[in-house]
Amino acid sequence: MAGSTKNRGYAVYLIPGLLASTAVIIVPLVMTVYISFTKWTGIGSPKWVGFDNYTRLFADANFWASFGHIILLIIAMAVVPTFLGLVLAAVLFDYVAKKFSDRWASVLRSGYYLPQVLPVAVTGIIWGWILHPSYGALNKILESVGLGSLAHNWLGDPKYALYSVMAVMIWFQLGYPIVMFMSGLQRIDPELYEAADLDGATWWQRFRKITVAMIRPELYVVLVTTTIASLKIFGQIFVLTRGGPSNATLVPSYFAYKNFFEKAQVGYGSAISTVLTVLIVILAIVFLRLQNRAERS
Amino acid sequence: MTVTATRASRTRTPEKAPLRERHPARFIILVLLLVLLLLIVAPLLVVAINAVKSPADYAANGPLALPHHLYFQGIVDFWNRVDFGLKLWNSFITSIVVAVLAVILSVFNAYALGIGRVKGRIWFLVFFLIANLLPQEVLVYPLYYLSKQLGLYDSLWSVIIIFTVIQSAFGTYLLTSVYTEFPKELLEAAAIDGAGKWRALWRVVVPVSRPTLAVLFTFFFIWTWNEFFLPLIFLISNDNQTVPVALGVLQGDRMMDATTTSASALIGIIPAMLFFLIFQRTLTRGIAAGAIK
Repeated sequence: MAGSTKNRGYAVYLIPGLLASTAVIIVPLVMTVYISFTKWTGIGSPKWVGFDNYTRLFADANFWASFGHIILLIIAMAVVPTFLGLVLAAVLFDYVAKKFSDRWASVLRSGYYLPQVLPVAVTGIIWGWILHPSYGALNKILESVGLGSLAHNWLGDPKYALYSVMAVMIWFQLGYPIVMFMSGLQRIDPELYEAADLDGATWWQRFRKITVAMIRPELYVVLVTTTIASLKIFGQIFVLTRGGPSNATLVPSYFAYKNFFEKAQVGYGSAISTVLTVLIVILAIVFLRLQNRAERS
Repeated sequence: MTVTATRASRTRTPEKAPLRERHPARFIILVLLLVLLLLIVAPLLVVAINAVKSPADYAANGPLALPHHLYFQGIVDFWNRVDFGLKLWNSFITSIVVAVLAVILSVFNAYALGIGRVKGRIWFLVFFLIANLLPQEVLVYPLYYLSKQLGLYDSLWSVIIIFTVIQSAFGTYLLTSVYTEFPKELLEAAAIDGAGKWRALWRVVVPVSRPTLAVLFTFFFIWTWNEFFLPLIFLISNDNQTVPVALGVLQGDRMMDATTTSASALIGIIPAMLFFLIFQRTLTRGIAAGAIK
């Protein structure tokens, strides 16, 4: 190729990035995978145990529970916000912005997006307090309107804890798809909508045939990123419940954290993180494939 | 957005519009949207009113009453107790250094991959994409172990180095797609003027792509500011904690009553809100940019 000699001088610019990535990403990644085949407390040298950590993992009820919880969290963090966000973005873009003003639409959008900019720890403090059984605002409100019987120990009761976390996560995530979809909607030619109007299409028909069809790329991006975010969730769980009560809100990343830093079972923790990583990478590849196929057709 | 929306409403059949304007249904939808907004913002409002309420006032009137008088002692006490000024400084210095370094690193990587199109660029891109997706749990223990060996444990530098690399993985991915479409004429003109690759980078590529770099800088700053997991593990001493860690580890502390908790949440919210207001335009533009690639 003629270009290859001309382009040779550029490779130098990749050196700092590659050195840094090797030190911070590649080496630790390889080490974790290696440690997952050993027994190690973090002190001394790791002892090779083959697949022992993995056989133990797949027989561990907590491991399965933590991934089961993730499925519910995917509903709360990816599925519900995406669909709710899609409807809200369409209403804001197609209805509020046109019948009222752009200003209304952008004020509402910013308001819905607000929880996304808060540090995770602050989210945890706010909701930990609102849902607190004795001095929390939610129970106080329920009591003051005579619904005291509905008051619960929202985060402390294994029956409700995960659902409470799910509700908090919907609150936290909703703004992201709204902003993404509204930016995608700007690509749509307004004439498409006018043509649909002339043909007597209902709002719902327009929504399905035009809105959803046109912002499919954003739909994929939002679904992938939110699903991966729910697989990785750590901060909210740490500040809201620390995986409790009695592991009712245990998630893989917190499960790994506990094994690393509380139980000093570094090999076992590494096996959990390795499984989580494999899952995320597979998911990302599947989504990318689906997206490519959708773009081609 | 303004352009498309107004054009659409203007071309709409004029005789139909006045009829619709009077229809009550259009207000019902707006009211529903406002109720949803209130539900979303309510937790923040509740925090704000209780942060400036005295404990006695809270005990007497509960969480929903407006404070009888503004009481800032809770905030002051909390601020002094956790030395909040120091935590703000730690967070600020970490975020700003990471944002600057990660943008520079992303520019170098993307210059080689997007403009230089070095051999194997697809594989480098796949690497940066995967690096961007990795859960931090799969890196954390070796990083923790290695930082102890290197004497970087419990130092802001450990967090700065790690986040610079992690954020630049995203930056490289995004910026490469931008640089792939960089106008060749500009580079050729620079080459004719005798500029080498180094000069072309700083004199042509960086100035032209400044809007994208601003978006990346904003993202990196806010993401690093909000990071919790790695700072929690790496910054264990009080003097090194960042804001999220300082607030997060106090959760469930026996010293924390309702008004102190609100006070702590409020001073955690305020910087985030400030960034949101300062960066809002860049952010929404940036999210749109990220959506396309």
